[in-house]
Amino acid sequence: MSQELVLGIYVFIMAIFVGFEVISRVPSVLHTPLMSGTNAIHGIVVLGAFLIAGSADSPLLHALGFVAVVFGAANVFGGFVVTDRMLEMFKKRETKAVEKKDA
Amino acid sequence: MPDVRTTVIAVSYIVASVLFIFGLKQLSSPATARSGNRLAAIGMALALVATLLDRQIVSFWTIAIGTLIGAAVGIYFGRTVQMTAMPQMVALFNGMGGATAALVSVAEYLRLTRIGAPIPLGESTSIVLGTAIGAVSFTGSIIAFGKLQEILPGKPLQFPLQRVVNGLILLALVVFGGFVVSGAGTSALWALFAAALLLGAMFVLPIGGGDMPVVISILNSLTGLAAALTGFVLHNQMLVVAGVLVGASGTLLTLLMSTAMNRSVGNVLFGAFGAASNDAASSASAVGHTVRQTTPEDTAIALAYARSVVIVPGYGLAVAEAQHTVRELATDLESRGVNVKYAIHPVAGRMPGHMNVLLAEANVPYDQLLEMDQVNGQFPQTDVVLVVGANDVVNPAARDDPSSPIYGMPILDVDRARNIIVLKRSMGHGFAGIDNALFYHEKTRMLFGDARQSLTQVGQALKSA
Repeated sequence: MSQELVLGIYVFIMAIFVGFEVISRVPSVLHTPLMSGTNAIHGIVVLGAFLIAGSADSPLLHALGFVAVVFGAANVFGGFVVTDRMLEMFKKRETKAVEKKDA
Repeated sequence: MPDVRTTVIAVSYIVASVLFIFGLKQLSSPATARSGNRLAAIGMALALVATLLDRQIVSFWTIAIGTLIGAAVGIYFGRTVQMTAMPQMVALFNGMGGATAALVSVAEYLRLTRIGAPIPLGESTSIVLGTAIGAVSFTGSIIAFGKLQEILPGKPLQFPLQRVVNGLILLALVVFGGFVVSGAGTSALWALFAAALLLGAMFVLPIGGGDMPVVISILNSLTGLAAALTGFVLHNQMLVVAGVLVGASGTLLTLLMSTAMNRSVGNVLFGAFGAASNDAASSASAVGHTVRQTTPEDTAIALAYARSVVIVPGYGLAVAEAQHTVRELATDLESRGVNVKYAIHPVAGRMPGHMNVLLAEANVPYDQLLEMDQVNGQFPQTDVVLVVGANDVVNPAARDDPSSPIYGMPILDVDRARNIIVLKRSMGHGFAGIDNALFYHEKTRMLFGDARQSLTQVGQALKSA
């Protein structure tokens, strides 16, 4: 096994622990934003598409890279925008609830 | 010696990974969740811009045009989608991520074989898995989207020998994967890609609409895993970290959702739940039972003179887009001194937290939202329960009838309340395809019609009551 692969597996395993630790604290009220937010995060794979599209030296690689960039970018931008929209509604509700308590 | 660019990229990736983790951490409270999502978005921007410094990238045109088109499409749909359509939107974005991961894996393999570089076992295995899982997630998500958008029937689609056929496709997938790893070349990888696309579609088709909370969670975790695998292919730790975080989130939600239905993940995936004939269930409970109908006026009076009301929303609320109407009715009741709460079942709707998002859109305060465990003890002291478009999650058979297909599923014990009013389009069955004993209960009154229209009529009647 190459050094890089070993490092990758190491990071993989550590990230599993961090992921479960952090995400198990998310309350059920926020499960939909969690899902769409993580959805946006896996759009990070678009950077792989950048590398492919930016170094393509054949029409086929150009085409594959292009399609991958389009899909990946839609995933990233759409995912963050829609999550932000959702969380804005939650925030509004929070301030309202606080005001009510103050009154 | 690594040059400056490589260092900048490496540091940016580390910062971005930390931002992702912090962002997710802030999702643990509604007050900080929005800034958490923005932190993650900043991390993403940093990682993407840093990647452009990579010396492997020699041409920016494809990247620029592709990103512009993708961003325009993503932002347009992200801005305009209705909150009721959120499950299918999430499925669609998820499919796009899966497709990206698969395409990147395939393209990297083509690039490596083109330059004649030897592909070590670890990398070729990652390419095979990344391609397969990404492709399965892509077509699986597209089918899930089709079912949620009602382009495809929500009922499980079954045909003879379905499991045998799916098993054969899976076998073909493994064989093609073995060929790729042993160096058989690009045609084996294309065959693998095609088989995985087919498998993704075939595996979601027989799953019914009501099981979508589980399916979406699984697909989410698969795309995360596929992204992590491309990290192994490209030797990019950032992709590994981000992919695994998503995979962990999807896995946790999958387990939560299937626990909430008291079914194993395997049963959800392969059980074709909801397709079974409902002869046994309907003949057992429908005999000798009558349904008591009510009117919007009577409903208004029952609500107006109640001290406590619990509203139970379900998928029907989303279909009728009745979240604002229900909130208006609740506000009117509160101004009359009625104590109003909402009871949220974990699998109500079509994705985890679906009802919470709809009620948040309608500005329902958090302290009125109760989870199943909090609310179940309160039903005996509740004067009126208003069931709006929920069915299986309030079916007492899940608690009392060992022969019921949903026996053992934790439910909201609404039948223990003093009065129950069920808003429903017709006497049709819920997702599980079984009769609901609650509808024949002597304390239950049925208010037939579109949920939003019915609620509007109740609201009008309430004003004159």
